[in-house]
Amino acid sequence: MIKCYLDFEKPIGELELKIEELRHLSDGKDLNISGEIKKLEKKARELRTTIFSKLTPWQKTLLARHPDRPYTLDYINILAEDFIELHGDRKFSDDRAIVGGIGTIKNNPVVIIGHQKGRGTKERIRRNFGQPHSEGFRKARRLMELAEKFRRPVITFIDTPGAYPGIGAEERGQAEAIASNLMTMSKLKVPIISVVIGEGGSGGALALSVSDSLCMLEHSIYSVISPEGCAAILWKKNGDLKHEDFARAADALKLTAQDLMAYKVIDDIIPEPPGGAHRDVKQTAGNILAKILESLEELKTKPAEELVEDRYKRLKKIGSFLKER
Amino acid sequence: MAWFKQRNALTTERKIKIPEGLWVKCNNCKEIIYKKELDKNLKICPKCNYHFRISAKERLKLLVDDGSFIEMDPGLSSDDPLNFRDKISYTERLEANRKKSSLTEAAIYGEATIAGHPVVLVIMDFSFMGGSMGSVVGEKVVRAAERALETGRPLIIAASSGGARMQEGIFSLMQMARVSAAIARLKDSGPLYISVLSDPTFGGVTASFAMLGDIILAEPKSLIGFAGPRVIEQTIKQQLPGDFQRAEFLLEHGFIDRIVDRKELKKTIAKIIELLT
Repeated sequence: MIKCYLDFEKPIGELELKIEELRHLSDGKDLNISGEIKKLEKKARELRTTIFSKLTPWQKTLLARHPDRPYTLDYINILAEDFIELHGDRKFSDDRAIVGGIGTIKNNPVVIIGHQKGRGTKERIRRNFGQPHSEGFRKARRLMELAEKFRRPVITFIDTPGAYPGIGAEERGQAEAIASNLMTMSKLKVPIISVVIGEGGSGGALALSVSDSLCMLEHSIYSVISPEGCAAILWKKNGDLKHEDFARAADALKLTAQDLMAYKVIDDIIPEPPGGAHRDVKQTAGNILAKILESLEELKTKPAEELVEDRYKRLKKIGSFLKER
Repeated sequence: MAWFKQRNALTTERKIKIPEGLWVKCNNCKEIIYKKELDKNLKICPKCNYHFRISAKERLKLLVDDGSFIEMDPGLSSDDPLNFRDKISYTERLEANRKKSSLTEAAIYGEATIAGHPVVLVIMDFSFMGGSMGSVVGEKVVRAAERALETGRPLIIAASSGGARMQEGIFSLMQMARVSAAIARLKDSGPLYISVLSDPTFGGVTASFAMLGDIILAEPKSLIGFAGPRVIEQTIKQQLPGDFQRAEFLLEHGFIDRIVDRKELKKTIAKIIELLT
């Protein structure tokens, strides 16, 4: 059941409400309106397809943050039924904004790590809105090293507004924690497969996504800075920024999956059902599964040294927009 | 209301005109210092030891042996992959910064000797777009690291940066991964890497190569962190402690090896190289 409609989703929402009302009306009665319902359902499907085929970067940003959008654990629960969550960085605490553990995906034993947002106020706060502290990144690193020891591929799900900007995070070395993850991931001797499922927010997202295969869900984003942050820097209007400003910034940042695919920063786009991932979690999970299995198949026979060397070459290729003056 | 007006009427504005650039106010202790004296003192406040920001060229002069620096790939420049435009286009902004700073980018790299020790060296310059890291800065760090690995020379990187460069979007973010991967290759059996942090070092630069040194040094009182203090204040809605994110704070929390005075920097680096290689 969809609980929340974004502005551009409202026409769909209204139509769906009407269908629901008609269904209720015909319930148990001898009215012959099933033809009418079918017609409206077809119209709703078409409307979804039209609206979602021409979303702006800002609308995609909002969709990537949709309160009903599936989060890491939603996918893990579908993809790895035997998942065992593991906790703690062994240094300070357990960061609930990052989850990780072991399980099997279609008979492939793997380590799965991802950012985790919460649903509902209480859970959101518990998950710190998906913004990790240093200990979250260190837990992730510990699990990656575990994966290396037992030669298990690492699957990561990316969905964070960014690393948390707070006193504790700085005191405990937020920057060092992220930097160390980047370094560890760049030479990890097992395959790393990353999927951006929602928000890919800057360094906090990158710290889980140095990989051999990087894909994005169709309506997810990945950016060096949020459109709000970018707008505040560019058009300092003292908090007087409006949606138009954010939309302009989102355009300028080129943060959609489609942009990143065109730039060859990512390897593939994973399709979402019409109306977005939250319309059909199972179908979205199925699409993700297909991509993960494809990448696993490709990577699992590669010798470790070749894997690490190829990962380095991949990274080196990004940002080749250079010239000699 | 009348009272204010009267006060205004009574005060006469008498400004003493001082030729610009003759005197400088210390950011830390607010002392007014004669600029020539400050320059002679390597831009260190004679009263409170505050280390003013210095340009890449000034740092080069105090770090390496006279005339030993050979710059590599100075012409490397960005192709504006996003076609980014704020008030002016990114290409125009780059051009304006080149004119203002007489640099081509926010970092220079090359080979030099420090007290006779051959090194590969990267120096960042905060005056060029806030020392931000885009494809060029990233590429220079990668090439410097590869050069160090190839020649076995120690790698020295003097950082000073506001973080990743927004105008190159995802490409700037990816530089963090690229440079960290290049540094990773030095870790197991490669040459020594000394990271020198100066005021300010933030964001994507701190969260990549700056925090990955075998040895990490910092200049006194430098601001160093991941998130900028203003962002943190806005997030947590409280004022930050005075020493927050200063080099002294990082030393106390175990994230840097030493705080080194600018005057001692060259000597200290040379000594570390001697002791470790």
